[in-house]
Amino acid sequence: MTDDLTRLSAADLAGRLRSGEVSSVDATQAHLDRIAAVDGVVNAFLHVSTDDALRTARSVDERRAAGEELHPLAGVPIAVKDVVVTQGMPTTAGSKILEGWIPPYDATLVEKIRAAGLPILGKTNMDEFAMGSSTEHSAYGNTRNPWDLDRIPGGSGGGSAAAVAAFEAPLAIGTDTGGSIRQPGAVTGTVGVKPTYGGVSRYGLIAMASSLDQAGPVTRTVLDSALLHELIGGPDRRDSTSIPEALPAIVEAARQGATGDLTGVRVGVVTELTGEGYQEGVSARFAQSLDLLRGLGAEIVEVSCPHFEYALGAYYLIMPSEASSNLAKFDGMRFGLRVEPEEGPVTAERVMAATRGAGFGDEVKRRIILGTYALSAGYYDAYYGSAQKVRTLIQRDFAAAFAQVDVLVSPTAPTTAFRFGEKLDDPLAMYLNDVATIPANLAGVPGMSVPAGLSDDGLPVGFQILAPAKADDRMYRVGAALEAALETSWGGPLLDRAPVLPTALTEQEG
Amino acid sequence: MTATTVDLVDYADATRRYDPVIGIEVHVELGTLTKMFCPAEVSFGAEPNTQVTPVSLGLPGALPVVNGKAVEYAIRIGLALNCEIAETCRFARKNYFYPDVPKNFQTSQYDEPIAFDGWIDVELEDGTVFRVEIERAHMEEDAGKNTHVGGATGRIHGAEYSLVDYNRAGIPLVEIVTRPITGAGDRAPEVARAYVQTLRDIFRALDVSEARMERGNVRADVNLSLRPTPESPLGTRTETKNVNSFRSVERAVRYEVSRQAAVLDAGGTVIQETRHWHEDTGVTTSGRVKSDAEDYRYFPEPDLVPIAPPRDWIEEIRAGLPELPVARRRRLQGEWGYADAEMRDVVNAGAIDLIEATVAAGTSAAGARKWWMGELARRAKQDDLTLEALSVTPAQIAELQGLVDTGRINDKLARQVLEGVLAGEGDPEQVVVARGLEVVSDDGALLAAIDEALAAQPDVVEKVRGGNLGPVGAIIGAVMKATRGQADAARVRELVLERIG
Repeated sequence: MTDDLTRLSAADLAGRLRSGEVSSVDATQAHLDRIAAVDGVVNAFLHVSTDDALRTARSVDERRAAGEELHPLAGVPIAVKDVVVTQGMPTTAGSKILEGWIPPYDATLVEKIRAAGLPILGKTNMDEFAMGSSTEHSAYGNTRNPWDLDRIPGGSGGGSAAAVAAFEAPLAIGTDTGGSIRQPGAVTGTVGVKPTYGGVSRYGLIAMASSLDQAGPVTRTVLDSALLHELIGGPDRRDSTSIPEALPAIVEAARQGATGDLTGVRVGVVTELTGEGYQEGVSARFAQSLDLLRGLGAEIVEVSCPHFEYALGAYYLIMPSEASSNLAKFDGMRFGLRVEPEEGPVTAERVMAATRGAGFGDEVKRRIILGTYALSAGYYDAYYGSAQKVRTLIQRDFAAAFAQVDVLVSPTAPTTAFRFGEKLDDPLAMYLNDVATIPANLAGVPGMSVPAGLSDDGLPVGFQILAPAKADDRMYRVGAALEAALETSWGGPLLDRAPVLPTALTEQEG
Repeated sequence: MTATTVDLVDYADATRRYDPVIGIEVHVELGTLTKMFCPAEVSFGAEPNTQVTPVSLGLPGALPVVNGKAVEYAIRIGLALNCEIAETCRFARKNYFYPDVPKNFQTSQYDEPIAFDGWIDVELEDGTVFRVEIERAHMEEDAGKNTHVGGATGRIHGAEYSLVDYNRAGIPLVEIVTRPITGAGDRAPEVARAYVQTLRDIFRALDVSEARMERGNVRADVNLSLRPTPESPLGTRTETKNVNSFRSVERAVRYEVSRQAAVLDAGGTVIQETRHWHEDTGVTTSGRVKSDAEDYRYFPEPDLVPIAPPRDWIEEIRAGLPELPVARRRRLQGEWGYADAEMRDVVNAGAIDLIEATVAAGTSAAGARKWWMGELARRAKQDDLTLEALSVTPAQIAELQGLVDTGRINDKLARQVLEGVLAGEGDPEQVVVARGLEVVSDDGALLAAIDEALAAQPDVVEKVRGGNLGPVGAIIGAVMKATRGQADAARVRELVLERIG
């Protein structure tokens, strides 16, 4: 058993906290120390909330000592993606336009985290307004992949994935509009879950595309994701699109899956999300995982979803359309950055233009322009209208597929982590990273990425599991079973094989 | 603003040669306790920016939730306007940048209004009934309120800076849009006014809004176009914004008829544009030209789910609708037996509710009308007050008339009693006692006065005894004078004749 509290899973740490073996203050301090040691290199955090985290930790320790009944995860520290608003804690969404903004309210999921007594370690880096697949579009610098510091940690939630992979936090919150939880999970060797649309409240998530955005857990184990998902999920009257029913029994499903029996479970491999365009090593790890699932009793079949071919195109009309409208509020009038024009009259319109010109990065501007165009009179039907029709066709593909199988699977991302700058000047190449993750967002179905091993280049590969809407429990069962089988084959968690990070201390010594 | 001379054609002349077509958009602020999409309270006159939430400030991350009461009110309005209620409908985003719109889009209904295809009968002053067809009634949110500081005119041009109050941002509105109103001819201004007035009355009857014009609870945009004949295709229209009193609605239509007729007479074309109404000068001036209309990039609001009001709920709302003003007026006129002209006067005097309450308190319809349209109307006019503002209640009027009906006071005394009530001396009964105004019906007291009068005028007594009843009036007059008018003249006459034998 390790003495390093940062190496524990959230479930294990929670167990030790419950038994009184360790205190939340110790656990939290251990993570803050780890952040201090490695985040200068990793840059997963935009803000570290040391005092706030320790205050929560102390309070949990006191309440536990007083015999109070606490949430199972009480005292386990967590990191929150900077797109989620946190009262009294800076929230920038990775953008200059929100630099220095302190929200006056908490997102619903943050309220739940605070109520359950999880110390919030800080806010994690991300592509600006969650627009990107590499975190290179953050206005606050790159986050580095702990597996190779010259490579991207995925995006948009590269900060959350890197923080968890670098043992800076056992749990993190991500958001996923087209793959921003799952793809970073894949390239950092962590678990990332996008719940069913409406499964977790969006109240307090700075919106990119309202009909696609969904918050979810970023962890190192499937069970930890289930525990966090259960904490943050459920109906919310402040989000009209939240699902009114209670969540399915996901924690139970994860525990059941870990026992390793998938007899009778039908697993569909999506034809359109395999083969050409996928890195050889990615395809090899995917095939190996399928073999393991078969060995656990699952029936593997191939399923065609013919309209997935159009998913990327539809996504890049719907997402920018909604984003162009959602981002209109950033105008320098009420909060955040305000820039006055350098010359000429200072009118509201000109201040708005100057503020947006200075505050938004190129990728954000690109998507606002795309979306504004797609919604314009005369183009709406051809672009936004057609994209919505494609969306319906993709939903039908899923419905037909789930009539045949219990879950669908694919590699999470076509490649392992690429080097910084490799795709920065080629937006289309960047967008292709999300080809396998986007269909789930368009259909609102849940998706999970589980580490599937290392590719030939020594970098992590993700295995994606998709389930029907409101049947998130299915992917937890299959995901936990696969995780257990893989870890048995590896002789331990994948992250044990990650390189040792240079720490602030070793750097000083060196 | 630079003064420009505008050619105007005499109104009567214009309507002889052109057929006006109007279209009216009325916005009504719903009287819900909270806003359309968030639980911020709504009340008039609060400190600026105190009635806000992250939602109504458009803060990052905030999401709208539809106010169920507002939907109910919108359905009530739709049903009262004889509209169909949508099986399902959605909100849309109307995108445009303006500081009083916190999200830089207004959440509104676009191609899926909650109510559509209705009509309403409007009664003109002479009793003519005019049917106005309703195209749609949809829900939306209000914008904040701008105050431009530092300029001479209070308008944005020339202002030094502007302040925004978001208390109003997000207040629920229902916008009611008519189909083109044709066939009104030269009565178009009157129809426009009566339509807005009828809507106002309906909003109040439905209890969906205080509907106070002076507070901007009800705001009208008036569209007008002219065409050579009723058979011609519709002409180009102008939209005069924010015409916010009944009188202004009438005046704005008149003005636009005269102005557009002059444009057309001169061989010009009417420009499709938004025009501003100037209350002080009674003219409209050119605003935004609509031909390069802004592109609002409408799309369905992804943060909200469609509204699908259950049919049984709609029927429940329909069953609970109050009687609407026009129907009520017809019913009351029938019950009260007033002539058309009498009823019209009552309506115009705003006396319907007062008379109804007075009748309910036991007075005959004729008696109630006599007081409210007679003495009290005169008094109100004299003091420049509405009837409702007079310090007398229907119950007091009913009590007063009761005193007359039972003979305790006569009409002349009743007016004195009313004086006392209006002067705050209490209820009629109290005034009668305090001022000692009761009719003297004690025969003993009367006989004493009569004997005195007879003794004073022996010559009259002689004449009467001789069979000449003419001079008896002189005796009665003397008795009435002696009793300061409080005697019942008929009884005095009886007693005098009895006494003389």
